[in-house]
Amino acid sequence: MAAHSQTAAHVTKPATPLNVWLPPVILGWVIPGGGHFLLKRTGRGALIFASVFLMFLFGLFMRGMMFTPQGGGDVLTSLINYGGFIADIAAGAFYLIAAMFGYSQPDLPGDVHDYGTKFLVTAGLLNILAIVDAYEIAAGKKD
Amino acid sequence: MPKINLSHFEAAFLFSLFTSVVMGITSKKTDKERLDYGVYCFACFLVALFGIAWLMRLGHG
Repeated sequence: MAAHSQTAAHVTKPATPLNVWLPPVILGWVIPGGGHFLLKRTGRGALIFASVFLMFLFGLFMRGMMFTPQGGGDVLTSLINYGGFIADIAAGAFYLIAAMFGYSQPDLPGDVHDYGTKFLVTAGLLNILAIVDAYEIAAGKKD
Repeated sequence: MPKINLSHFEAAFLFSLFTSVVMGITSKKTDKERLDYGVYCFACFLVALFGIAWLMRLGHG
């Protein structure tokens, strides 16, 4: 009975309006930490911006490879290429600016290049974490 | 654009640092919890870094 009423209460909870959470999410994607700035969490926003920016910058300096959305010979290669591309573009403006200035690095053998590729991908993945956090703050699920 | 050559340790250290900062910020609810969790994540990264490095060294003989 108690479980049933809890479920009912959960279902009837109103959804957060789109205009409340969408601006921080979009801004958080374009400028890492921007969603937090918009929500007046400036300290956290600055730390997120610095972390994602430096991670991406070190990735570029190590000549990491940017993934392109292309199918390979097998499913795993396609999965890696598409997944890597999504993670790369999740870095927002950093990715767009690098692509705009023609940054294109072939997949070279070598540990430094490999680290660079991982840094570029991880910068985007960290920004996805920050975007989800901005959404939860905007939706009132956390402070 | 400058090109840098980081060692394995330097690259892993920077990776751990940036990742721990963001994970600490996004995972917990109070500033104290965020700081504690960020430090905990960073320590875990370093323990894993040295632990796996020693395992590989011992494994190679």
